[in-house]
Amino acid sequence: MVIDLDRCTGCQACVVACRQENNVSFAGEKQAKLGRAKFWMNLISEVKGTYPDVEMHFIPMPCMHCDHPPCTIVCPVAATYKNPEGIVAQVYPRCIGVRMCISNCPYTVRYFNWYAPSWPEEYEKGLNPDVFRRRKGITEKCNFCIQRIRRAKEKAKKEKRRILDGEVIPACVETCPSEALYFGDLNDPKSQVSRLSKSRRAFRLLEDLATEPKVFYLKEGEWNEG
Amino acid sequence: MRDNETIARKYHPIIEPLTRSGWPFWITVIPLSIIFLWSFFAFGWQYVWGLGVTGMGHPMSWTLYLVNFVFFIGISHAGTLISAILRITDAGWRTPITRAAEIVTVFALAAGPTNILFDLGRSARFYWVALHAQFKSPLLWDFTCIMIYFVTSVVFLYVLMIPDIAILRDRFTGRRWFYKLLSLGWSGTERQERILKTVSAFLCIAVIPIAVSVHTVVSWVFGMQTQPMWHSTIFGPYFVTGAIYSGIATIIIVAGILRRVYHLEEYLQPIHFNNMGLLLLTMSLLWFYFTFAEYLTTLYGGGTHELAVFWVKIAGKYSVMFWLMVLFCFIIPFPVLAMKRSRTILGTSIASISILIGMWLERYLIIIPTLSEPRLPYDRGAYMPSWVEWSMMAGLSAGFILAIVLFSKFFPVISIWEMEKEKNEMADGR
Repeated sequence: MVIDLDRCTGCQACVVACRQENNVSFAGEKQAKLGRAKFWMNLISEVKGTYPDVEMHFIPMPCMHCDHPPCTIVCPVAATYKNPEGIVAQVYPRCIGVRMCISNCPYTVRYFNWYAPSWPEEYEKGLNPDVFRRRKGITEKCNFCIQRIRRAKEKAKKEKRRILDGEVIPACVETCPSEALYFGDLNDPKSQVSRLSKSRRAFRLLEDLATEPKVFYLKEGEWNEG
Repeated sequence: MRDNETIARKYHPIIEPLTRSGWPFWITVIPLSIIFLWSFFAFGWQYVWGLGVTGMGHPMSWTLYLVNFVFFIGISHAGTLISAILRITDAGWRTPITRAAEIVTVFALAAGPTNILFDLGRSARFYWVALHAQFKSPLLWDFTCIMIYFVTSVVFLYVLMIPDIAILRDRFTGRRWFYKLLSLGWSGTERQERILKTVSAFLCIAVIPIAVSVHTVVSWVFGMQTQPMWHSTIFGPYFVTGAIYSGIATIIIVAGILRRVYHLEEYLQPIHFNNMGLLLLTMSLLWFYFTFAEYLTTLYGGGTHELAVFWVKIAGKYSVMFWLMVLFCFIIPFPVLAMKRSRTILGTSIASISILIGMWLERYLIIIPTLSEPRLPYDRGAYMPSWVEWSMMAGLSAGFILAIVLFSKFFPVISIWEMEKEKNEMADGR
């Protein structure tokens, strides 16, 4: 995935779309204050300076899907693993809630079900039937809408072809109104994400940890340079 | 074969507590049982509603339970380790204190890992760690080491108690079946003594590396993670030192109380407390050395993320706890233990209590500030334990004390046969 920070307007549509697609439960205001809110896709904002010289920066934060994920090796029951496509996936029925993966994630993008997940009543009908509704006491995280990838793979297999670039995109990418998010196969040198990831603007978070994240960010331009 | 009846009469004060229980026993046991049972209610509450009833959240996902886990496992260290080392080095003064040390080990070791059970999101599935083992996880190493240590410690305590149980078997008619079962037909023949000697020698040697490995691996649960101020190579020895430090302190307190309550003044003499105090003094210096080295290296290295955690500990929101830790772990106990005049039973006990408080704070300060200051600057957490967590901690401590009290009502807290053996050896002019 590539995220162009220059294009991000901080509208949080990705956050909402993700919540809708992946049945991410609602924590409520009180619980959110205790740090129990879940954001598979989170929007981090930073305000610099004081009025009238104010700058705002936004960083959408999904799971980084590291190539060397620190979270998977510490799980004592192998409930999380990096699948052959490179997605760091969570096996919900296997998870026993040790939370060592959470504490070892330097990006803090793993979330725990402190209570049984709940949604507002009117929302329950709209839950995505393709996605497991987690239970209390287990960890969950962004998986790049793995259900969509699976469906696309099945379709491609039926038609005896490879998945096309841009054929499958996660909910956050699909919904982004300013088209700041890109998704595709990083292994394919011709794909759009591959090209963008080699941009001079490209960087990754906490690169010095050698986790090799597969989410690339494109740096914002200088504000004062026009 | 020695006459068990004569021995029993000779060591009357040691066996005395097993024969009767007065009101002090009941006023100790009843409140402890209530607190202990209360923690079952708290656990049930948490089990039904989920871990949300604790004070944990994001990113503070490992908190008080982990602190208590490390703390109790730490206490469990000194016991068998001290007992084994002192046995191997043939330190004569150890004899009356070893049993108490072994008891502390076994019960602390039962209490420690229980915290992990509390901490799991799905506690009922804890055995999956064995069933679906993932060998790269430090938690699995932990699980393995602790299990081995627990089994070894129980066997260690038990084997060295068999001759004593045999004495009890011949003395208590009411509970004879119980002691008879446990004594494995011990009659003190030469062959039996030879087997006991071999087995105990083997256990003494085996238990030392196991004990060291346990706390090293406990430290690795943190040290292997890439989080600031956890990811440190010093953690293994640092944890082991801290463990032995708090462990000896616990033994001194337990021995002090047993001496007072069961009138064992004749056996647990000031010399024992003096010697244990000296061990404690060594450990306090080691503790200071490790702590100083760890913090100075962090400060000097000056990594951004490390320093964030460093300053929050030294001068930030955890600074009060930090300086209290230094006070309780070093400033109070060191002078008390260093001066011969204050290295008395009372002095060492005060130092020990101070050390236990300090070491608990140390565990807290190792775990919590790191989680509150993750690398990426947007996720900050505050943590306050909830009533459930306090209840669990109280219940666990109560259970630990209760187990020791009940144990002391069924088995002698001082090894009778070893005292007798020592006396005979001395009489033989060795």
